[in-house]
Amino acid sequence: MEISLDVNGERVEAHVLPRLNLADFLREHLRLTGTHVGCEHGVCGACTVRVNGEIVRSCLMLAVQSHGASVETIEGLSDSGEIADLQAAFRDRNALQCGFCTPAMLMAAQDLLKQQADPDRERIREHLSGNYCRCTGYQAIIDAIETTARRRMGRKP
Amino acid sequence: MKASAFSYARATSVVNALELLAAHGDKAKVLSGGQSLMPAMNLRLISPELIVDIGEIAELRGIGVRGDVLRIGALTRHVDLLRSPEIAAHAPLLKEAVAHIAHPAIRNRGTLGGSLAHADPASELPACMVALNATIVVSGQAGERRIVAEDFFTGIYETALSAQELLIAVELPVAQKNSKHFFQEFARRHGDYAIAGLAAQAIVQRDVFTDLRMTFFAVGDRPVLAKAARKLVNVALTPAVLSDASTALGDELDPQEDHQASASMRRHLAKVLLARCASALLGRPDLNAGGPV
Repeated sequence: MEISLDVNGERVEAHVLPRLNLADFLREHLRLTGTHVGCEHGVCGACTVRVNGEIVRSCLMLAVQSHGASVETIEGLSDSGEIADLQAAFRDRNALQCGFCTPAMLMAAQDLLKQQADPDRERIREHLSGNYCRCTGYQAIIDAIETTARRRMGRKP
Repeated sequence: MKASAFSYARATSVVNALELLAAHGDKAKVLSGGQSLMPAMNLRLISPELIVDIGEIAELRGIGVRGDVLRIGALTRHVDLLRSPEIAAHAPLLKEAVAHIAHPAIRNRGTLGGSLAHADPASELPACMVALNATIVVSGQAGERRIVAEDFFTGIYETALSAQELLIAVELPVAQKNSKHFFQEFARRHGDYAIAGLAAQAIVQRDVFTDLRMTFFAVGDRPVLAKAARKLVNVALTPAVLSDASTALGDELDPQEDHQASASMRRHLAKVLLARCASALLGRPDLNAGGPV
């Protein structure tokens, strides 16, 4: 089927099979491999992207369903500088080891910080509850997000 | 895994969707938000020949109040329920329940109609529909059918909906002034499948329940509207009355055992929820002292 959508601000026209999910479309057709594919059934959260400004699981959405939509991936958020401070905080706090979950963690974290400028740790945990990390034990990730929230509020971390 | 191959049709209207379903019957599957269907397809638990995508049908959207009826379109997403001022005002139970459904990225896609048609016995919204005494509105070639929520859910992933019908909306009586609600579930982790849960809607007058619809979920093959709750209605509630209701609830439930919990653990947790609910709704901490009675 023919689809036409915006990906990171650029118009993309493609011909895809109905069974192709959005994650595989982004990775294999567009070579945007920052979106990771873990469980392929909506549990691990590694494939999180933004569709029309809201985070979704790209393994649970067909590419044909993204027709007419605006999709943003980690490459878009990273290149625009939107999450540069969050990325720096992840580095500083050792909030990643293998890095597999990191693009989606950043997606989910930025989604929270856009909705709520000053979330407490419990709220951060809740918003990230759909994203698995098998390395860090999560504490450092929560530290990094809390630090970024405070910095954005103009407070000391 | 990846889903096996299928044909895809983007329905342009309810009429168009019904034509497709009439032509293809149970070889077709309706795609709404896809948050249950897509995992099942990716795991190859199901392999439909045709996917009928209803995601673009505008007439299935929207939340509106007419008189004392709240109508919610089938394509209303979980996040829409969470943010809607109409839901907060007229069906606050739903707002509270939705926060327990999976995670933000799932709630941004998953829909009310999808959740009800899927009818997972551990899911929150079917139980809320029974507690709120909702009417499920379905459309077919022969016209519209209106089904009381209690009759709609017929088993594990089974409903009164036929393969040729489409769930189009639900209608709920708006919450009355003296109505109260309670929602709680036990899960291993926030957003996980419930081990046992309770959605309840009540009317309280002078510290007495005059109506109490307690609907338990994840403790049977469908949401269970507890008959035991009737023992708590129109009586001055004492620990003895509550104990009697608790015993009756244990006898009434027939929970399944799975990797998360044994049947007796589920029965125990349901009793804990019964006591917590009665205690919370009447503002009587004494009724919940020492856990289940």
